[in-house]
Amino acid sequence: MKSLIKSGVNVVDSHVNDKKDEDWSFIRKMMLGLHFGQYLGQALRNPFNWILGVIFAIGLPLIAYRFLFGLSVVTHASNDYPWGLFLGFGLFAMVPLSASGFMLGTTVEIFGRHDFEPVERLALLNGLLGYLFAVIYLLVDLGQPWRLPYPMVVSFGPAAVLFLVAWHVATYLSVQVAEVSVAFFEWIGWLGGKRFIRRIAIGLTVSGIILSTLHQGALGALFCYAPGKVHPLWFSASFQWIHFFCSSIPAGLCMVIAVSTIIKKTMAWRCDDNFLDNLDRCTLGLAKGASLALITYLVIKIIGIAHDNEWAYLATGWGAWFLFEMAVGVVLPIILFGYAIRHKIVGMARVGAFITVFGIVLNRLNTALITFNWQLYQEVPHIFEVIIAVTIFAIYVVVYRFILYRLPILYTWKAEPEAAFAADAAKATPVRMTTPAVEAVYRKID
Amino acid sequence: MSGISRRRFLAASVAGCAATTLAGPKKALAAGAFTGYSDSMGVLVDLTRCIGCRSCEAACNKEQALPAPDRPFNDMSIFDETFHGGTQKRRPDENAYTVVNRYEPEGSDEPIYRKVQCNHCNEPACLTSCFVNAYTKTQEGAVIYNNKVCVGCRNCMIACPFNVPGYSYSSAFDPIVKKCIFCHDTRLKNGLPPACVDICPQEALTFGMRKDLLKIGNQRIQTHPGRYVDHIYGEKELGGTSWMYLSSAPFDEVGFDANVSNEPIINNVKDFLGTVPMVLAIWPAMFTGFHLLAKKQAGHDNHDEKVEEQHGEEGGEQ
Repeated sequence: MKSLIKSGVNVVDSHVNDKKDEDWSFIRKMMLGLHFGQYLGQALRNPFNWILGVIFAIGLPLIAYRFLFGLSVVTHASNDYPWGLFLGFGLFAMVPLSASGFMLGTTVEIFGRHDFEPVERLALLNGLLGYLFAVIYLLVDLGQPWRLPYPMVVSFGPAAVLFLVAWHVATYLSVQVAEVSVAFFEWIGWLGGKRFIRRIAIGLTVSGIILSTLHQGALGALFCYAPGKVHPLWFSASFQWIHFFCSSIPAGLCMVIAVSTIIKKTMAWRCDDNFLDNLDRCTLGLAKGASLALITYLVIKIIGIAHDNEWAYLATGWGAWFLFEMAVGVVLPIILFGYAIRHKIVGMARVGAFITVFGIVLNRLNTALITFNWQLYQEVPHIFEVIIAVTIFAIYVVVYRFILYRLPILYTWKAEPEAAFAADAAKATPVRMTTPAVEAVYRKID
Repeated sequence: MSGISRRRFLAASVAGCAATTLAGPKKALAAGAFTGYSDSMGVLVDLTRCIGCRSCEAACNKEQALPAPDRPFNDMSIFDETFHGGTQKRRPDENAYTVVNRYEPEGSDEPIYRKVQCNHCNEPACLTSCFVNAYTKTQEGAVIYNNKVCVGCRNCMIACPFNVPGYSYSSAFDPIVKKCIFCHDTRLKNGLPPACVDICPQEALTFGMRKDLLKIGNQRIQTHPGRYVDHIYGEKELGGTSWMYLSSAPFDEVGFDANVSNEPIINNVKDFLGTVPMVLAIWPAMFTGFHLLAKKQAGHDNHDEKVEEQHGEEGGEQ
């Protein structure tokens, strides 16, 4: 892509066709303004695509195999470990990593911190895709995925935590679709839809906070059904839900830092100056938020141990593993963030963010798989189960990249078709906005 | 954002609240404790009488029309079978709703056999964890389930403190949870004992009203001092179960989890369930309030930068 841009190719970033002779259409936008040959060429030159190709070549047939012959051909079909990697990683780890949507939504829309707007859309998209793929992991894991709507329409079990998770994830997914649709409406050039969403933005954001609080917590509360199975150090009947909710905050924030770091390294051509120039400042801001949440999380984890008087377990092998998780996944990032924020070392904050993401994933895997049934035996996932989990993650990466390449997440449209005339008006009244031109149009229309 | 009027803001807030209220009218059923139907039936299993003949396994297999086992029911070498590095004995699964295991506890000359099946809890964890309400605790005492609505999330298997429900993983298009149903459809609801009790040649299994079984159990403990551990497993465990056990060896030496609480599993979850309506009720006002506080403040944006500087210094000290 870089070499194409160097050779003078313009990537689509404007609704206004500057070359009047060409057809300006949906297909042009899909192809990023490249010719078919150019598009194929850049795709084939990217070595990452070849890695993805290999993963799909092995993983996609395995997914088909699972649906044709049942779960027992790709998993150990364990009655003792009913939830394997698909839920342990796919649901329990992907959902906290997707808390970014409601975190940044709250920061920008509720608290009015518009200085975080350059990363807001990325955070919203990260949230949407994380939830979407958590549901896809769930569909692979469910015995009868076609019955997924049953708790909504056929048979209600309202006293079950999972009922709450199902309803809230479904509702929150719709909320996130609405939030991200702003970028989609801009992309297809339909401002009416965008205006409607902006009107209900506060309502959407507040319902996002409610739904997130409850289902992030509910994922933890699911383990309250298994008090004897999860190791006591990872289990707290009183605080499980708040441990999960609290740790989802640094998870979501650090996922935005991690993803934006990868974007900066691999996709800088797609970012506009507003994103690139503000990214370091936003990264440090997110790191500040994450470090506060991590400190809180550390404290309430210790309170959890004290409340159930579990100190003796710390001296056991499981205790060492627990201390490793806390030291590497929580304490180390706190130190890195603290040093990075004080000395404004963005790179160190980024390293801290990657470690935090690792730490949260480790915590969820520990709770759902590794320490689960600690008194029975250790389940090691089937190799096919691992491959399918990796394949779905690869699909997630591809969809993520597909959207980032196209929708105005990392960049702003240079000019809107109806908005071109308003650009001057916007310059005259400068507001701290990502999309001054569009904002000006609103004022005109209103 | 700056263009949003008060009316529009209120309308949006109301819409948001309505959406979340509609989304979550679920949780209010958490209150109260249920200790079982008073006239429910149960079975008392006396481990001192069991000789490990496995005829209950065979009877169950026939009654429930389960697939023929890999090894015949008179093959006693199956007691030597262990799994997962010798740590696990057999457990109920999709092909066997009940299994008998052999234990050789220290200080006991004879091996002790223990029958495992669903214990039919008074307040079952599987039932309370099921998000499609597939499970029912019947008045007769059985915990049955409706496989027409089972989605296959397997939360009940996570929740069951006795690791009883199995799943038919091998089925691609109709996998469901499978477990002992106390022969409810064919026998219990007609007042008959389950097939395993009927066939037991040793009268190791006693069928009757749960409250009578407790009396019988206590009587046996009293009339044969030294023969039994002074405890009926299942009387109080996890809120009480319909199937209960008497044993001569300490229960944790014959495969029971002696550390389980007397509280039903759902009591662990009630803390969280109680917070749900509070969050639903308080969060909308709290966060719209935060928004109003943040917005109405004069010079908000300038103030931000000052706050940020202060935070920066604080952050550095950590």
